[in-house]
Amino acid sequence: MEDTISFFSSLTINDIWFLGEAAARTLLISALSISIGTLLGAVFGWLLYEGKMVATLTLAPILDVFRSVPLIIQLVLFYNMAPIMGLNLDPFGSGVVILTIYTSALVANVARGGLEAVGQPMRRAARSLGMSYWQDLVHVVLPIGGRAVFPSWIGVALGVMKDSALVSVLGYIELLKASQILITRTQQPFLVLALAGAFYFALSYPISRYAMKLEQRWGQ
Amino acid sequence: MFDYNFHWRPVLRTLPDLLEASLVTLQVAALAMIIGIVVAIGLALIRLHMRGPLRWIATAWVELARNTPALFQLFFFGFGLGAFGLHLSPYAIILMGLTFNCAGYLAENFRGGFQAIPETQIRAARSLGMNGWQAYSRVVIPQVLRIVYHPITNQMVWAVLISSLGMLVGFRELSGETQFFASRTYRVFEYFAVTAVIYYVIVKIILGASRLLAMRLFRY
Repeated sequence: MEDTISFFSSLTINDIWFLGEAAARTLLISALSISIGTLLGAVFGWLLYEGKMVATLTLAPILDVFRSVPLIIQLVLFYNMAPIMGLNLDPFGSGVVILTIYTSALVANVARGGLEAVGQPMRRAARSLGMSYWQDLVHVVLPIGGRAVFPSWIGVALGVMKDSALVSVLGYIELLKASQILITRTQQPFLVLALAGAFYFALSYPISRYAMKLEQRWGQ
Repeated sequence: MFDYNFHWRPVLRTLPDLLEASLVTLQVAALAMIIGIVVAIGLALIRLHMRGPLRWIATAWVELARNTPALFQLFFFGFGLGAFGLHLSPYAIILMGLTFNCAGYLAENFRGGFQAIPETQIRAARSLGMNGWQAYSRVVIPQVLRIVYHPITNQMVWAVLISSLGMLVGFRELSGETQFFASRTYRVFEYFAVTAVIYYVIVKIILGASRLLAMRLFRY
């Protein structure tokens, strides 16, 4: 038996497992919000492109708000607003809702850019070949416009993945929150933070490099 | 409609404090941007023209700043450096974290800007009798600043939004001040709603001012 009790203990293999689990939660919340947000954002982008007057007056300012207010404020605000509206959301739920809307606001701009990247003559040509509006959209605009904005979409997705760290303010234990918990116990801030940072970096760096390569190759 | 009594009075009473805190936000963001731009120019030039350890450091800086969450970077300056006995004040943490982040993002923009200026211009300037410093400061950098004007504006907006993370490291800028008052009065929703509006207005002012400045700067 030891004579003294230590409040702090060193990093063990269990802690690595704890960090790994938290990293999985980071991936889960980002994957969920990015996928739903991208779908919503694509629809918003299409509305902005086609809706012209009406969309610029209604949808555009709303999406603009989500881009102009810090994400952390949006998260705290929504988390405290949900009970007022009678919703019973846990930190994960609130995080997903806000991250999804935030993603869709960013993707809407990207999607509109993609639609504008496809020239009118090509679309007229598609229509005059007998394609319907939707066929033109799916078979002509999506491959060409999607390709043009794919790198910037990756940029948005990686940004949301990194911003998902902010959900920790609501108490959702994702990677950065987990590393803070470990720091409090082990008193080894440098090591633990380096591990957490390495995870983000290992995920983000290869993908952003890949996007850059694609952009260069397609730019030629 | 809602089963909740809104209390706006405490918020209105402390509104002057919030507005004062938003000046702190603006100040720290602007300072980080000014230092960030100078550092970014250095990083971009090192990455373009140098080999060896300096270049590795610059590359590591840029990639780390771009591929890890801003919150992680702040925690690193806050707690990570504490491991080496370096304890920074909240203001220093925010300023260093923001500068690190902004410099990393801006460096890539500047690199693109420098690459857009033809090499022949530098040679022409040199043959007119200018030394290297003069050629850069009078010929190249003014043109580069024009190219990266919009990215700089966007980065300024980001700097303001990211500075809201000050709330998590105990810095009393707009978000930190809001957090402080919200926990003192328990009027979390009201306070964060007003803060969201203030942030929105700040962002609009920055964008508007940037547009006005652009009209004045880029007349020719």
